[in-house]
Parts: sequence; C-alpha cells; structure tokens
Amino acid sequence: MSAPIQKSAAKTKAATQVVTANRLDDGVVVYLDARDGWTERLGEAAIIETPEALAAAVAAGKAAEAARVVVESYPIDVARGPEGLAPLRLREVIRAAGPTVRADLLRPTGA
Amino acid sequence: METRAPYAHDHPAAAVRAVRDDEDSMTETADANLPLWRNGRFEADEWTRAGEGEAVSEGPALLPLVRFLAERDALAARNAPIGVVVEPGEAIEELAPHLDRVSLVVLTFPKYADGRSMSSARLLRQRYGYKGELRAAGDVLIDQMPLMRRCGFDSFEVVNGPTRAQLAAGKWPDVPFYYQPTGASQQVEIPAGTRPWARRPG
Amino acid sequence: MYRYDEFDHGFVTSRVAQFRDQVERRLSGELTEDQFKPLRLMNGVYLQLHAYMLRIAVPYGTLSSRQLRMLGHIGRTYDRGYGHFTTRQNLQFNWPALKDIPAILDDLASVEMHALQTSGNCIRNVTTDHFAGAAADEIADPRPYAEILRQWSSIHPEFSYLPRKFKIAVTGAPKDRAAIQVHDIGLELKRGPDGGIGFAVYVGGGQGRTPMIAHKVRDYLPEEDLLAYVEAIMRVYNLHGRRDNKYKARIKILVHETGAEEITRQIEAEFVEVKKTELLRLPDEEIQRITAYFAAPDLAPKPARSGAFEAAKADSAAFAAFAENNVTPHKAPGYGVVTVSLKPIGGIPGDATDVQMEVVADLADAYSQSEIRVSHEQNLVLPHVALDDVPALYAKLAEHGLATGNAGLVTDIIACPGLDYCALANARSINIAQDLSNRFGAPERQKDIGELKIKISGCINACGHHHVGHIGLLGVDRRGEEVYQITLGGSGDETASVGALVGPGFTGDQVVDAVETVVDTYLKLRQGPDETFLSAVRRLGQQPFKEALYGAA
Ligand code: SF4
Repeated sequence: MSAPIQKSAAKTKAATQVVTANRLDDGVVVYLDARDGWTERLGEAAIIETPEALAAAVAAGKAAEAARVVVESYPIDVARGPEGLAPLRLREVIRAAGPTVRADLLRPTGA
Repeated sequence: METRAPYAHDHPAAAVRAVRDDEDSMTETADANLPLWRNGRFEADEWTRAGEGEAVSEGPALLPLVRFLAERDALAARNAPIGVVVEPGEAIEELAPHLDRVSLVVLTFPKYADGRSMSSARLLRQRYGYKGELRAAGDVLIDQMPLMRRCGFDSFEVVNGPTRAQLAAGKWPDVPFYYQPTGASQQVEIPAGTRPWARRPG
Repeated sequence: MYRYDEFDHGFVTSRVAQFRDQVERRLSGELTEDQFKPLRLMNGVYLQLHAYMLRIAVPYGTLSSRQLRMLGHIGRTYDRGYGHFTTRQNLQFNWPALKDIPAILDDLASVEMHALQTSGNCIRNVTTDHFAGAAADEIADPRPYAEILRQWSSIHPEFSYLPRKFKIAVTGAPKDRAAIQVHDIGLELKRGPDGGIGFAVYVGGGQGRTPMIAHKVRDYLPEEDLLAYVEAIMRVYNLHGRRDNKYKARIKILVHETGAEEITRQIEAEFVEVKKTELLRLPDEEIQRITAYFAAPDLAPKPARSGAFEAAKADSAAFAAFAENNVTPHKAPGYGVVTVSLKPIGGIPGDATDVQMEVVADLADAYSQSEIRVSHEQNLVLPHVALDDVPALYAKLAEHGLATGNAGLVTDIIACPGLDYCALANARSINIAQDLSNRFGAPERQKDIGELKIKISGCINACGHHHVGHIGLLGVDRRGEEVYQITLGGSGDETASVGALVGPGFTGDQVVDAVETVVDTYLKLRQGPDETFLSAVRRLGQQPFKEALYGAA
C-alpha cells in the first residue's frame, strides 16, 4: 500500500491534482467533480492540470464551504495509473479507500 | 437551551456610570458606540485610556498597570476615578495593595483561549476583595462570558459581531448547574444539595 | 457505581441542549466552521480522516451493563457497528454523522454518560486503576476521589482555557496500574501518619514529544484537602504555564523550567491561601456519601479454592492460559477479576463490535454484578467474578472472540488508531500491531516470552503510550514512507521510566522482524524465565540489542 510519495500535499508539486473535502452533515470524504458537485469516488473527481484550473477548483471548494456543503477543502496530488487515479500520499490513499485494516469497510474509488 | 441574562446589580462603579448623559438612548443594542455589555445591556464606555507617555485627561482615566504603579501618588491627587489595565502575564498581586483607589480593573484576553485573566479575576474578587467594576476586554466571545461572570467579571467590552448579535438577541449560553464555588461570581449562587461544591443560580 | 442525582441530570441535559442548538446553528449556516470547531471539540467531536469522530468519556473507566449496552446500541444505530476503546479509558466512534450527534448525546445522557471534556485545553477524563474496588492489593478505592475530581472539574470557569490539556490519574494500590507518574497530576492513595487517608501527589509527568516522569510535590496530603490542593496546582499552571509554544505548554515543561523545588514552593504557597477560604474543604460526610456509591458488592462467601475452576484448568491448555493471564486475585476469596481481551490474535487492538459490547454487558449481569471496567490497556474487565463461574464465562466469551488468554503478554499490544483513522498521524499503528500479534501469536511462544508490553503510536503525540512500552514503536514519516523507531525499557508502573531509542528506525516491512530480533535477544540473554523482558533490559542496557539489530559497531 505504500506509494512512492512526496512529503506534503501543500507543496502541490505534482502535475495532476483533485480537490477533496469532508461533507458537512456526515463528514464523509468527497471530491470536487467536473460540474462543481461533490462525489464520494475519487475516480469521478475533476482532474486539475493547469494553474488556472487549480485556482478555480480551490475557489469552488471555498464556495462550497461557505455554502455549508463541505468542510476543510484542499487540493491533493494524484497520479493517473492503470487503475485510474491514485493519490500520492498514503494519507490520501486511506481517505479515498477507507481504513487499510477493515477490508469490509473499503469503499469503491473507481469512476 | 438556557439563556439567562446577567443579573443587574449595584456596585460602586454605578456612580461612575452616572457620568453618561444619554442613558435613555441605550435601546440600540448593536450600536458600536455602546461597546460594553453590562447590566444585561449594551452601554457606553465613559473611560479614557492613557497609555505610556500620554497625558491623563480629565474624568475617569484608565492606565496600564506599570504606569499606575509608578505614578500612583501623583494620580491620587486627581479628583476623578482611576482604572487599571492588567495584561495576562502581569502579576495581579502588585495591584492588590492599591485596590481602594481603583474603580475599574480591565483584564485582557489576547485570544479567547488564553485563560490567564480568569485566574486573575478570581484572585481579585475572592482573595483581594475587590468590589469595583471588573471588565473583560480583548477577544471576548459569548461562549466564555458565563464563565467570565462566574470568575468575577461584571462588564465586557465586546467587539465580536456574532457575539454582539447573540447578546442583543438575549442569548447567554450558561449551563446553570455549577460544580464549583468560585467565591467570585457576579451572580447570586446558592448551594445545591449536600455537595459542598455544587451551586445553582440563586 | 456513582448514580446521577437531579443536579447531575440537569447539568448534562442542559449541556446537550446547548450543543444541539450549536449543531443546528452550524448546519443552518449561522456558525462557520471556525466558530463551531471549538464548540464541537468541547463536546468531544473531532473531524478525522474519514468522518467525524465522537469521543465518549468513560469516567475512571467504570461502566454499568446498562451503559455498555447503550454504547453497543449507538454503535449499531449511528455508526458502523463498532467502537474503539482508547488508552484513556474512553470510547471513540469513528463514523457518526454530525446531524446525529445530538441524538447520540441524548442516548448517552439517558444512561448518565457524556462526551464532555474529552478534548480541548481543559481537565480531561480522570483515569484510574481498572481493578479499582476489586484488587487484592488496594489501600482504598480511588474512584470516589476520581468522581469528586470529575464533578469539580466539569466546566470549571477558571480552568477551561488552560495552556494545554490536563490529565489526572489516581491509583489506590501500591502496584500502579494507572501510570500516575506520566500524568500531569498523579495521585497515590495512602495511609497517613495519623492513620487517615490521603495522597502522595505527583506533578509534571507526561508523554508526547517530551516524555517526563513526574515529581513528587507532596508526600502526604489529607483527603479533605484534595480539591484545594488540586486548585492550587491548576492556578499556578494556568497563570504561569507557557502559552507561546503548544509543544512547551504542558505542566511538565513548567515544572522542568521552573525547577521542582520552586514549583513545589509556589503550589504550597497557593494552597495555603486556597485552604483559608474553606470553600473547597471536603467534609468527611460528603466523602463517605460519594464512597457509598462505590461500596463493594455483596459477594456470597466462597472457599478460596474453586474445584470447577481448577478442573477446567487441568482440562484445557487454552483455559489454563486464560486463568493464568486474565484472572487476577480479587479482594474476596473465591473471586477473580477477569480481563476480557480486546486483542484477539491478528485483531485490531481496542475495537469491539456492537454485539461484543452487548455480550459483555449480558455477561456482566450474569457474573459480575453488572459492572465493567475499561482498562488503559484497551481491554475490558469484569471485576467481580466467582472463580466457580469462570469456565462458563470463558465459554461464552470464546463464542464471540473475546476469550484470548493474553493479558499482559506480548500480543496484548496497545496501538493508537494511527494513519488508518487519525488526521494527525504520520504512520499506521494498527497494521503493525496485527503483524506482531500474528508473528508472536502461538500460545507456547507467548508463554515462554512472558510479560512484555509493546506499545505503538502513529505520531509523536504518543496516544499509544510508546514511551512507556517495554518495547515502544513510534511511527514517523520519512520522505513519504512509514518508518518506525524502536525504544526499549519504558514502563508506566510504579517503577516508571521512559524508553530509550535503540537506533535508526525500520520501515513497515522490516519492523516486525526487528522486534522479533529484540525478543529473541532477550530470550537468549535472560537469566531464566523469571527475569522479565523489562528487568533484562534494565540489567543489560541497550548494547546487546543494538548489536543484534544493527551488527557490532
Ligand atoms: S499518537 Fe498520533 S496518530 Fe496516534 S492517535 Fe494520537 S495523534 Fe493520532
């Protein structure tokens, strides 16, 4: 499960990113999709590959916080792989898929 | 939810308050000209602050602790009330011997999470028997105000917008079952049951 | 057990109503997250990796069957069918929806429980010996004093905005099962020169980034002065504890920087003043009244030796191991204190399903006077079981995966939630605990190794108490990789010590082998089966372990 990784998502060095947050009313992990909605599946997230798109997505995240849809939105680094998107940091891998020690609680990440 | 307004009560600073001349126009509670929450309503601040090196004006004057201690004899000659601002980190004990000359003590909260002035307030009231106005200033938020009152504060300089709005709406988020006697509270509290530490609002 | 009176009920329901209002204001947009966060934290609600987390206080680790059943109900109704018992004798639910939390708090209030002061810079849940009121070596039951402290510290107006969180532990026995010397305040019940009851008072212990063993500031404090003395300590700390750096804000740093002698002088001087007011003197009648709630249950007299118990031991090696490790002598002859292990081989330390909670509640009704304890070692305890009943109890526990006879052994591992759940984590803890448990799980091997406490934390906050593990593992993030540092020789008992780092860390793939190397080195070098791992490390020092792990220098 250990991905080769960079230290901090805040540095946002990777070329590919998505915006994530937790939903306000139940706390569930969600991702910003292409229609400025929020999906539980990483694979359905809007893929960000330009600085302009990043700025727009971060702004959409803040707007959704203000609109009481989500809390604590932020961009994360991801890579396109054979099985779709994969976060670079283990922390985000675990947020996307669920605890690594509870196979029964794993959640689908694909599109 | 328990929302009880602070008890109006008499204390020596009431004399100072008489300086105000617009007592009847106090109904506009969210008015920024009325920065103080006192006696269950917003009121004007009649005190003038004099920092280091600034002239002490006529009328009620508010000085930092260090300056008050340095100039207290000269200040005693004035014929107007004196107030002292004590920051957290300053020793309240230093003010204790001079409390009979002081009509207002302002204790500050640089951040709401900095609880040092809670201890200073209790010491002033409980240990040093201070009876004058005790004001909280700085980052004063509604959720701390009931606790502040139980530690001895009876006036609050409130700038936070949501806090002002909630006070204006009559909110006072107290849990009126107290597991501690403070010996300092600015509301009437009476023993509850056999536990010597339990209190209820009286 | 303590029962709420009208006052206590009023307090908790009023507080729940207040939080319900705050949650509604948050969901309706009146409160922003910045405004809401301190309010939710005061009610034990965190935002973790996957969802909100609700931390419920189990005061001094004591639960009634009714309360445990309610926790099971909440786990099933509002969560995903399980909860996690923590090293602070609390219970965490990992998946509650914010909108449901007021209803959960109502359910808790209906069984005299709450989630207050399980977070924030206030006095946290007071912890104590999980064998309190039952252990044979006890001088007095620490729980009445813990209850008095719990009440007095609840929404304390002066001490709710301390420099940092504050933890108090009380033990009633000379064998310290509450790790009092690594708490902000540690209280040890003892008899005074006059034959009365009082406390030795320790201040300034702690774990986290800068682990420290506490200083004894008072050799004997009469019980009537308990609150006055604690208030004096709190005031000195509140006024003088550092607020400029969150990592230096615990009282241990104040004690360290001020000096033990000077801090003792300040506390004693403050105590003289607080005592003068008489406000906090604990009258004997009131201590007696609270103590009566914790009166020892009426246990039918039994012969010290139980035929059924002995026969079951002879019959089954698994039961014999359970009897040896999980059954501790009770004050009353013919009774035992039974540890219900939440550490099945390869399982998640401290997790219990809703059904397991209900089963233990039922068994407490049947065999243990309806009482349960939560230990800081993340197990449950049935404190008053007749030895005659242990075989039947064991059989029922076994049906639900709760009969692992490993209390105190190498697989009784403490692990914090780590990166699988915790937003602050650097590395996972649970998976390492599972791998270690599988590696050492064979019964003969565990028995051969004997008492060995492994404790794992997923970051420097040390919720997994790794500093006081005989073997401690600390997860760190090394350029994105999970790496574990090993410390040796820590202990949280009356011989408290902080473990020392043995050398460079190991990756997740290597660390289980490394721990095995340490254990094998101990087995090779010990003076005999009676020399425990901890004694051997204390005798041998780090060198032989270093050589085994990293080769001769
Ligand atoms: S030790 Fe760190 S990772 Fe583990 S629970 Fe505590 S804060 Fe989280």
